[in-house]
This record gives sequence, C-alpha cells and structure tokens, in this order.
Amino acid sequence: MMEKDRTPAIIVRGLKKEYQIGQIGNGTLQKDIQSWWARVRGREDPNRKIGDRERLSGDSLMALNGVDLTVWQGETLGIIGRNGAGKSTLLKILSRITAPTEGRAYLYGKVTSMLEVGTGFHGEMTGRENIYMNGAILGMTREQIRSRIDDIIEFSEIGDYIDTPVKRYSSGMYVKLAFAVASHLDSEIMIMDEVLAVGDMSFQKKCLSQMRYAASRENRTVLYVSHNMNTIRELCDRCIVMDAGKIIYDGDTERAIQVYMDAGFSDSTEIDFSGQPHPSYLASPRIRMLRASYPGKDDCAFRSTDRIPLRLEWVNLTDLKDVCLRVEILTLNEDPVGTYVLYDFYSGEKDSPVRLDLSLDPACLSEGSYLMKYAFFLRGAGGSMVNIECRTGLTFEIISARHSGKLVWESRYWGNTVLEDIRILSLTDGK
Amino acid sequence: MTDEKDIRTPEEYGDYTLIDPSMKPRKGAWKELLQYRSLIGMFVKREFLVKYKQTVLGPIWIVLQPFLMSLAYMFIFGGIARIQTEGIPKILFYLGSNAMWTFFSSSLLSNANVFTSYAQLFGKIYFPRITVPIANVVISLIQFFVVMVLFAGFYIWYLAKGEVAGSWTVFALLPAILIQLGALGLGCGIILSSATAKYRDVSIVIQFLGQIWLYATPVLFPLSSIPDGVMRTLMLLNPVTQPMELFRLAVFGQGTFVPWSCAWSVLVTATAVCAGWRIFSRVEKTFIDTV
Repeated sequence: MMEKDRTPAIIVRGLKKEYQIGQIGNGTLQKDIQSWWARVRGREDPNRKIGDRERLSGDSLMALNGVDLTVWQGETLGIIGRNGAGKSTLLKILSRITAPTEGRAYLYGKVTSMLEVGTGFHGEMTGRENIYMNGAILGMTREQIRSRIDDIIEFSEIGDYIDTPVKRYSSGMYVKLAFAVASHLDSEIMIMDEVLAVGDMSFQKKCLSQMRYAASRENRTVLYVSHNMNTIRELCDRCIVMDAGKIIYDGDTERAIQVYMDAGFSDSTEIDFSGQPHPSYLASPRIRMLRASYPGKDDCAFRSTDRIPLRLEWVNLTDLKDVCLRVEILTLNEDPVGTYVLYDFYSGEKDSPVRLDLSLDPACLSEGSYLMKYAFFLRGAGGSMVNIECRTGLTFEIISARHSGKLVWESRYWGNTVLEDIRILSLTDGK
Repeated sequence: MTDEKDIRTPEEYGDYTLIDPSMKPRKGAWKELLQYRSLIGMFVKREFLVKYKQTVLGPIWIVLQPFLMSLAYMFIFGGIARIQTEGIPKILFYLGSNAMWTFFSSSLLSNANVFTSYAQLFGKIYFPRITVPIANVVISLIQFFVVMVLFAGFYIWYLAKGEVAGSWTVFALLPAILIQLGALGLGCGIILSSATAKYRDVSIVIQFLGQIWLYATPVLFPLSSIPDGVMRTLMLLNPVTQPMELFRLAVFGQGTFVPWSCAWSVLVTATAVCAGWRIFSRVEKTFIDTV
C-alpha cells in the first residue's frame, strides 16, 4: 500500500505514562509545605524516605513504556492485550482524560471516546433529555443533536420509552441509547473500550456494522479495545497487541490474535503456588494449594488419545470432609471450554499435606492451546457449593485430535469441543 | 511497518490536536470552550431538572429558602440585635443582601469540590473541565434572578409607598457588578477545587471559610455601621464588600462607595480568575491519576 498517499488520523511518538503506586504525595498539606520549605532553603526534604532516589522504580509503574503508532484515516484498529498491558491507559491518553508523562500524540480530527456506557447519563432524566446531555458532553451543539435526534431514537430501538426516565430502563436499553448517541456523532476518530460487551446479540451486530460503515464509507477511524476476539475479528482490519506497556505486534488481525494467544502460553510442566496469596474473591479459603504438575512429562503437548497426568499438592487449612474438585478447561483467552468434576473424593485433617494424582481424558478437545483452573469446593444442600480454593494453573496443548489429518478444525465457529462422532442409524439412497 | 519513508513530520499533515506532557493551558482552549457552550447549558438545565424532582414544593424552594432566611435575619439581627439598616425596610435589606451573598457564596462553594465530585465523569470522557464551574456560576446567577423576582415584588410595594428610592446611575452598573461578583466566585472556587483535588484538608476548611467570610462582609449590617478603624479597613480589603455596598447603593440609594476598595476588588477578581484558570488547567491534566 502506498502509505505516502494516505492521511494519518493519529500519530503517536514515544508515548510514556508513569503511575505512582502506593502513597501519592505526602497526603497532607502540612507535610507538603514542610517539603516545599526545605527545598526553598536547599535543605534535605524531611519527608523523604532514606535512600529514596528520584523516580525510584519500585514506587512507580510504567503503564506505557514507549509507544509508537500511526493510524491512518478510515482504519479500524483493534487493540488487544492482557489486563494491565496498557490498553486502557493508551485510550485514556488519546481521549485526553489524562496527560502522558513523556512523548506526544497528534490527533487529526475530532475525537469521540466511549470508555464507559452512558457517560453522563442521569437516571432522573428522560431518554430524550439524556440524548441532549450525552451529546453535549461528547461535543455536539444543540442544533446538531436536534437535527439527528430522530435517527438516534430510531437506531436505539427505544421507541415510546424515550420520554421515560432512564432509571426505569433495563441495562440493555441503556446501552442501546448510549451507543446510538455516540455513533451518530460526526467525529473523525472514535475510541471504544469494550462497550459492546453488553447488549443483546442482534444489537451488537448492528453496532459493529455501524462502525464498519463509518470507517469504510465515511472514512472515519475506529480504535477498539476488547477481550472478545470475535468482535475484534469482525470489526478490525488491523490489530495491535500490547504487553507491559509496549506494542509487541502490529499488523494483520488473525496474526495479532495468534500472537496474543501464544503470549499467554507457558511451556512449564510445573507451577508453584506457595508464594501466591489466595484470589481476593475467595471468601473462605480452607485449602492452600502448593503445586500443580504433569509428573513424568517434560513438555505439555498431548494427543487427544493420551491421558493427561495431573498432580496436585496442597495443605488443609482446617479439618475437611467430602472435598470436591473441579478442573476447568479454558481457552487461552479464558473462554470456558468444559469442566472435569471429582465428587466427595477426600476428607482430611487440618495441616496435613496432601498429594493427589489424576488422569484426565482430553478426547473431546480440538487441537489448540488450553488453560486449566483448579477449584476445590464443598457441596451444600440442593446442589449449592462453596469454593474453598481456586487457582489458575497449567497450560497444555493438544497437538493431535480425532479430526487431525481429516479436517482443519475451525474452532472459532465450531467451538473447542469435538463431540462424539455421529452414529448412523440408517441411510437410504433412493436410487 | 508504519515506519514510513515519508519525509513529512507529524506537524506537516495539517491541523492537529497535540497531546503532550505540558502543564500549561492548551492553545485554543477558549475556542474549544465556545464549541462546548451547549454543554454549559445542559449542565444548568440538568441541575434544575434533577434537583427538584421528588420534592413536594419543587422549584418554589429557590425563593422559599432565601425568604425564610431573610425573615430569620430580620428577627435576629434586626429585631434582637437591633442593627440599623439605614432606614431601609428590613425585609428588603435582608432579602437583597442575602440574595447577593448567596450568589457569591454558592458560586464559590459549589465549585470547591468540582474535581472530587465529578471524578467519575472526568475519568471517562474528555470535555473542557472548566464548563462545570462556569455552569455552577450560571446556576447561582439564575437562582439570584429568581429571588430578585420576589425582591421586586416587595420593592415595588415600598417604592410606591415612597419608603425607598434607588440610585439609578449606579443601577445601570448592576450587570457589571454581578459579572464581577460571579467572576470572583468562579476564580476563588476553581482555586479551591484545585486545592481539594490534592489536599482533602481544604474541603474541611471550606465549610467554615464560607461562614467566616459571611461575617467579614457587610451582608447582615451596612458598612456605615462600622466605625473607622482596623475593622473597617479589613472589611474594605474584602473584595466582596464593595459589590455588596454598590448593590445597596443602586437599589436603595444607601451604601458606601470607596474608590480604592472598589479598584482593589476588581484587581483581586482579575488575579483570582487568571491564577484560577492556570491552576485549574494544570490540575485537570492529571488529577484523575491520583483521585
């Protein structure tokens, strides 16, 4: 492509963003004045910790660490990466919510950002009033909104409820209204952060096609962050992968998704949990996992005809009765594929170290890479349960499955589960 | 791959908005503010739409509250403390003074916590942040005018009885006086809001600052009741004193005009607005990282 002839929408040069972590400033006016007074007199700052040098890296985090990027007009750029990779920080800087620490960005045109659904909506105001409010926040004048309000209302599918306070709306209606306003702005650059995750399927499709239309016909530029690879595939013709504040890949969407997926894969056959705290959502941990491993294996590649040997080691934190275990299988993007369950397999005493060897049958998995999660739980009455330990565990790869050699499995359409082959009861050929 | 062989620098592609770490007010900020003028209108409208929903009396509160306040002042300061009001009917004196003071103090106080109370919105979307403080001043001004309608009712009554007479030359200056008072509230308000964004201590101070400032201003008594001396000089250094006295001079024909104090008040206002704008522009860039 002749990049020379294209017009840029966004140029980013050496963008960095540093966040202070932990305590910010001295917290109180008194100490800041003390520090300031000490600086004025050229004395040592009394509030500085001993040995604390300028920009101590332990107290700050580089959320963006040198990003260079050129986005051309009419492009739909996907941004993917793990949580904390810097995607949101990049969007926040480009949408001018916060300033960078270093570097520059040039925006050629008006920017509309949707980092949240229904920003500025007020529950007490009606849908119509909120359209005006939201439009004004996004930079539209009253006349511009008035000339477009019928299109917006029609697109939102809200219909007669438009004059009802939005606090009475369902969350779906709320999203629809918000997206309808944002997509009817005449801004050259649209920045979206996973806002389509809510709302029903048909509306999601409508939003995606609206954005594609905006990009291809009206030559608008779309930046879209999502964890949902399907919407990324559908919308974006170019994709960047971010990791640790940097762009690690920039180019074709399919390749980018592959790079992103592979980045989550680790080759290790053993994982040590002993230094890690329990996940914060776990209300009552009663087991502490120490280790998970594939004993006797030196890689984590399996055939679907193999058995996966899995060894789990843990310590009981209390006396336990009838412990159950789930081994959840997910794609590297953390979409669930299926779960193995082991019921009431163990009762034990406090502080005793336990080792469990298991054998998992991966017969129903398609070729690809997977992630395991381990969840110990206790069953209650009526099928309820309480998790007592949860960990994200080992990854593994299925290198040869039932379909291998016969068919290239399109897991993005067919799923990652290969069901039992179909058995024919009878086949009548009329001829 | 976007490492183009193009010899053009980013600046040469045409008009652009620059994002950089600079802490100075952005060039073209005023032009941008003009583009967002409907947003100021929407913030004002939202305030009135939302504030009085689910209240029984609704917008009547705008006049009822200052009216009751003025009645209370009348009994406490006029009746019990027997403060003279230069022959002006007490209800008029307190209603007018109170409306002026409320215009200033609500311009100031409603802006003092802008950053903390709008953190949610500011963290999700960009628009010129200054629209919020400006809208707050406009809201205070509208409330002032609503109270003025009630005031006008009493005023015409006393005017017909011949108990008051305005000074019409000063009356023509009232718009300028109101603009100055609003600007002073805005300037001080955005300085305070920038301070509260960093030091939460300030938001505690502000609560009684408003009270103290009220007593340091001739609101509940005329300036003429303060004898010459340190007290009077201090009061004349208060930038709200002259707008208050000039208001009374305009509508009642009674008030003390002190030229130096008036000039001082304008100077303080201009300084507060300029300094406020600079500090506010600085804080708005990154406050969201620390809030």
